[in-house]
Amino acid sequence: MGNVLFIAEVENGKLKGYSKELASKAVELASQCEGQAYGVVIGESVAQAAEELGQYGVTQVTAVEGESLESYIGEGYAKALLDVVSQTKPQIILASASGSGKDILPRVAFKLKAGLATDCTELKIENGKLKAKRPIFAGKALVDVTFVSDVQMASARPNSFMVKQADVTKKAQVNKVAATTGGSKVKIKEIQTAEKGMKDLSEAEIIVSGGRALGSGENFKIIRELADSLGATVGASRAAVDAGYISHDHQVGQTGKTVNPKLYIACGISGAIQHLAGMRTSKVIVAINKDSEAPIFSKADYGIVGDLFQLLPILTRKFKELLGK
Amino acid sequence: MKIGVLLKQTPDTETKIKIKPDGSGIDESDIKWVINPYDEYGVEEALRLKDAAGGGEVVVVTAGSKRAVDSMRQALAMGADRGIRIDTEGVSLDSYTTAVILSKAIQSENFEVLFAGKQAVDDDCVQVAQMTATALDWPCIWPAEHIELGADKKSVVVTRPVAGGIKEIMEMTLPGILCCDKGEHEPRYASLPGIMKAKSKPIAELKAADLLAGETPKVTWSGFRLPPERKAGKILKGEPEAVCAELVKLLREEAKVI
Ligand SMILES: Cc1cc2nc3c(=O)[nH]c(=O)nc-3n(C[C@H](O)[C@H](O)[C@H](O)COP(=O)(O)OP(=O)(O)OC[C@H]3O[C@@H](n4cnc5c(N)ncnc54)[C@H](O)[C@@H]3O)c2cc1C
Ligand SMILES: Nc1ncnc2c1ncn2[C@@H]1O[C@H](COP(=O)(O)O)[C@@H](O)[C@H]1O
Repeated sequence: MGNVLFIAEVENGKLKGYSKELASKAVELASQCEGQAYGVVIGESVAQAAEELGQYGVTQVTAVEGESLESYIGEGYAKALLDVVSQTKPQIILASASGSGKDILPRVAFKLKAGLATDCTELKIENGKLKAKRPIFAGKALVDVTFVSDVQMASARPNSFMVKQADVTKKAQVNKVAATTGGSKVKIKEIQTAEKGMKDLSEAEIIVSGGRALGSGENFKIIRELADSLGATVGASRAAVDAGYISHDHQVGQTGKTVNPKLYIACGISGAIQHLAGMRTSKVIVAINKDSEAPIFSKADYGIVGDLFQLLPILTRKFKELLGK
Repeated sequence: MKIGVLLKQTPDTETKIKIKPDGSGIDESDIKWVINPYDEYGVEEALRLKDAAGGGEVVVVTAGSKRAVDSMRQALAMGADRGIRIDTEGVSLDSYTTAVILSKAIQSENFEVLFAGKQAVDDDCVQVAQMTATALDWPCIWPAEHIELGADKKSVVVTRPVAGGIKEIMEMTLPGILCCDKGEHEPRYASLPGIMKAKSKPIAELKAADLLAGETPKVTWSGFRLPPERKAGKILKGEPEAVCAELVKLLREEAKVI
């Protein structure tokens, strides 16, 4: 019998979309190990959102609360997770491959002498242990990870697993515990919001990206308008970021964000290998480029050869007509 | 100030990855090896921090084969002072054991701060720096950019970019590890005198097997393969109005993504 412990994330009182995916996966894996799936949420005022995990089949959630956990700090969160681990004694520990998930798990894995697989796109049970599939070399290759350790850990790439049909009548039982505070060597002095309302690229379902072809920050507005018409998040190539058209937070690719949306629209992006590295697992790729030989077309499901300055306003209008956004 | 940089040699990001016929690993025959791009940012930030502190030493630390010496020399040519290479010939390592040997190798160095990359672009693990910090019982900020030395020289103030364009300004008491993201400082080029000087800068050599002290990997990797090819897509042709209308229709009815 093996239990599965997973970290669920709450933002502004709401459960993250990728945490619903992970909850569904944790329940599935736990049933295969004849064990229980336990959720853990860490932070201030997270208990209420945690109840919602019940909708995906999770019965028990530990909510670690405390003022010191108001903002994410690696050491503090890792300690909080370790405390829950020592109580629930899981065989498998999971998190989403988010900014916090990727940072907490290695700290905990080292303490537990547990194997860890990062940013997995498949997780299953084989011979009673976790087995993972993950991209390496920025998605240019794939590899299977077999665990040698008694405790097995993995982070999961957002948008990789199906969310279980929610049973809205069910609530998880939430046990609140207070965080043990220790003298942290890291303090947050200030939090800056660069751009109001910018959504997280790595969990976006639709992304509209612009490249060097936009020519200026001002012109990037047509990318933003197209994105708005779809409720999409704005991405960019490194050339657009380096030219100062948009901030690095939007960069998709090897030295930017890895994204996994259901729809990726690349506008005026040539499709350099480092850009493809960040978006190649998108379910559907659309390319708009005036050069019919641009490498992006070889990865695209749909392509239009033409001038984006002419095409994007038309597309924006048509999406608006259809979706009313 | 005594500053360390964890530096890994990785394939250039332009490299086309080929797999060995038996799927046991990648074919390394035509690879151009470089400093992991994020570690190169680390070298740059380390050199800047040394200047800000009014002097000291920058030491690059690599666990790798003999081949990695070229990349270490490149960092020395940029201005680092010396290197420590842990020879990994004949031992198979994972993130856990890599962190074990790196932390052992630097324990006696008494670094005040250690730079690492946000991730290695070969295995994309995002593990070794945090694990090394855990082994040393040091704090660690991942990812970090815009690094400034505190007035007391016993702390640093850094920016941590988080999802959604939010930036956290954090203060870390030293010693600690900073995992560099692409920041505002492009890594400097090595000057010709720098390249000449680098040839005589010392690189100490340790053996991974000696540092492991019986510790073993926690994972094994197998079944290396290329991702499935995407099948050729549809190129839509016609007047702008017509192709846009067709695209919207296909996305809704065929691809069902909007
Ligand atoms: C270590 C390293 C890391 C890197 N990391 C990244 C990364 O994370 N992300 C990334 O994106 N890149 C990255 N790069 C850079 C990458 O190699 C390319 O330089 C970059 O992706 C090119 O951006 P682009 O496609 O916008 O520009 P270009 O390659 O210049 O392409 C512009 C495209 O726009 C088209 N175009 C021009 N005008 C129009 C028009 N009016 N209408 C329609 N189409 C038009 C052109 O035909 C062309 O295909 C990295 C490079 C290195 C060395
Ligand atoms: N073999 C190694 N030698 C030196 N530093 C390493 C090594 N492996 C990883 N690192 C450091 O740890 C960071 C994260 O690596 P990874 O966990 O493999 O993504 C890298 O950017 C390096 O700074």
